[in-house]
Amino acid sequence: MSENIFKVIRPGINTTFQDKGRSNLYHLGIPFSGAMDNRNYLLANKLVGNDLNNPVLEFAFQGPHLKYLGEKINLAITGDVSFKIKHNDNEIEGNCYETYEIHNEDEIDILSTNKSVYGYLSIAGSFDVSYQWGSCSTNTKSNIGANNGLKLQDNQIIKISKISKNFSKKKINYINSKIEKIRVIKGTNFDYFSKTAISNFFEKEFKVSKLSDRMGMRLEGVKLENIKTSNIKSEGLIKGVIQVPGDGNPIIMLSDHGTIGGYPKIGVIISADYDRLVQIPPGSNIKFQQVELSDAETLFKMYEMHTHNLISQI
Amino acid sequence: MIKNILNLGDAALYCDFGQDVNKTINSNVIKYYNNIKKLNIESINNITPSYNKLIISFDLNKIKFNELKNIIEKIHIDDDEKLLGKQIEIPVCCEEPYSLDLSELERKLNLTKEIILNNFFKNEYFCYMTGFIAGMPFLGDINESLRAKRLETPRVKVPKGSVGITEQFTNIYTFESPGGWNIIGNTPLKVFDSTKEIEPNLINPGDTILFKRISKEEYLNYE
Repeated sequence: MSENIFKVIRPGINTTFQDKGRSNLYHLGIPFSGAMDNRNYLLANKLVGNDLNNPVLEFAFQGPHLKYLGEKINLAITGDVSFKIKHNDNEIEGNCYETYEIHNEDEIDILSTNKSVYGYLSIAGSFDVSYQWGSCSTNTKSNIGANNGLKLQDNQIIKISKISKNFSKKKINYINSKIEKIRVIKGTNFDYFSKTAISNFFEKEFKVSKLSDRMGMRLEGVKLENIKTSNIKSEGLIKGVIQVPGDGNPIIMLSDHGTIGGYPKIGVIISADYDRLVQIPPGSNIKFQQVELSDAETLFKMYEMHTHNLISQI
Repeated sequence: MIKNILNLGDAALYCDFGQDVNKTINSNVIKYYNNIKKLNIESINNITPSYNKLIISFDLNKIKFNELKNIIEKIHIDDDEKLLGKQIEIPVCCEEPYSLDLSELERKLNLTKEIILNNFFKNEYFCYMTGFIAGMPFLGDINESLRAKRLETPRVKVPKGSVGITEQFTNIYTFESPGGWNIIGNTPLKVFDSTKEIEPNLINPGDTILFKRISKEEYLNYE
């Protein structure tokens, strides 16, 4: 039998291979990367019966249009995504969190992520991807990871190295919850900001700017007044840090962020809210709520428990 | 040596070594980095040294802030522990078309090109940290006479290999990237090699760098 492949008819806006990401490389200037929305990443793998750390295709806004050539394979899509599957002359609307058997010459057309940003496509088996420092995650800014460090390109081919002969139909009922407020622990430069800036930060809404990507989410709204200095000595960053440069507009560090930065940190998004934060699309509003460290730890535990409950239902 | 440990969010320790930027404080940061790394603490997923801070991020599924803080606070580092850095020579060509901001620097610093370059090449530099983009080294300190601010408008694309200066520091752009440093030259040497699984960085914190001035001919024939 010849190769099993997807032909890329349309690559989509920013489609990349992602897995859990790479660790212990910040000191070299290499961020985690990895799937932005970890819960939907894990669910995608679990639905098709993969190891939870398997590579998947992550897409943003408009996803790829793919044509499959090969032996039949199971596939699933997670997130809040509109997509179509074409089989012979039949076209069906696909549902997220449900597996589909795909046959030779079938097409998958991922039209859009609805009121969200990221979605995931998994196959029962493995994509033929290269690994760099223990991960296939593509970081397009440093050209690291699978697909020569590039997002999916026009007319390229995606090779499948292994198909699991696992065709059991799986399905869960899950709706991505939107949360009212994104919770934040105060940052290490909290006292650099005026009282008004602090109260504005937690009371006013901020709009997610179009200039947001896997590196960072830029916010627009009331300018946050700095009463000390808007430059600090460059120091390490982690994902979820909210930096405020001189112009007073916050920037949240996301999974492909620069590893060090020199702007004051007003806050850090709690780990429990990261998956939901990254799904807030440009043009939507965000409101922040301050919580303490111990609350954040409890909320994370609850979030993880919920994720594992979903996984065990599959 | 660590003055204070705060939480940076719910999954990182922010270890503060003081406000100043100097070799002594930074050497302490690097010593802590080396020692913590040696302990192989499984719950730690990144340790980021910078001028005077050390950020330790961890897996919140495996440990909590206060538990890891207790472990880190117990680490004892000898004051006279030596930092074992390498000596590395970096060739740099400061002729056209590589010296993008040299003419502008003559005006900014009110010095001739030759004096700027002499003052730049006569010093050895200490690597304080690497990062921002993969493998970029932050080196210091440059001669007092050469301290200039960043460009008013940062470049959208600084060519790969560019050597820049700003304030007390000099760096090397390991990738084409946006940036606002004053570019005085370019190195043909590969400072970051992403094909290497182990030690992709040529320069690491604690290393000593000597820049060597080369001609355009040497640059183009460099292997």
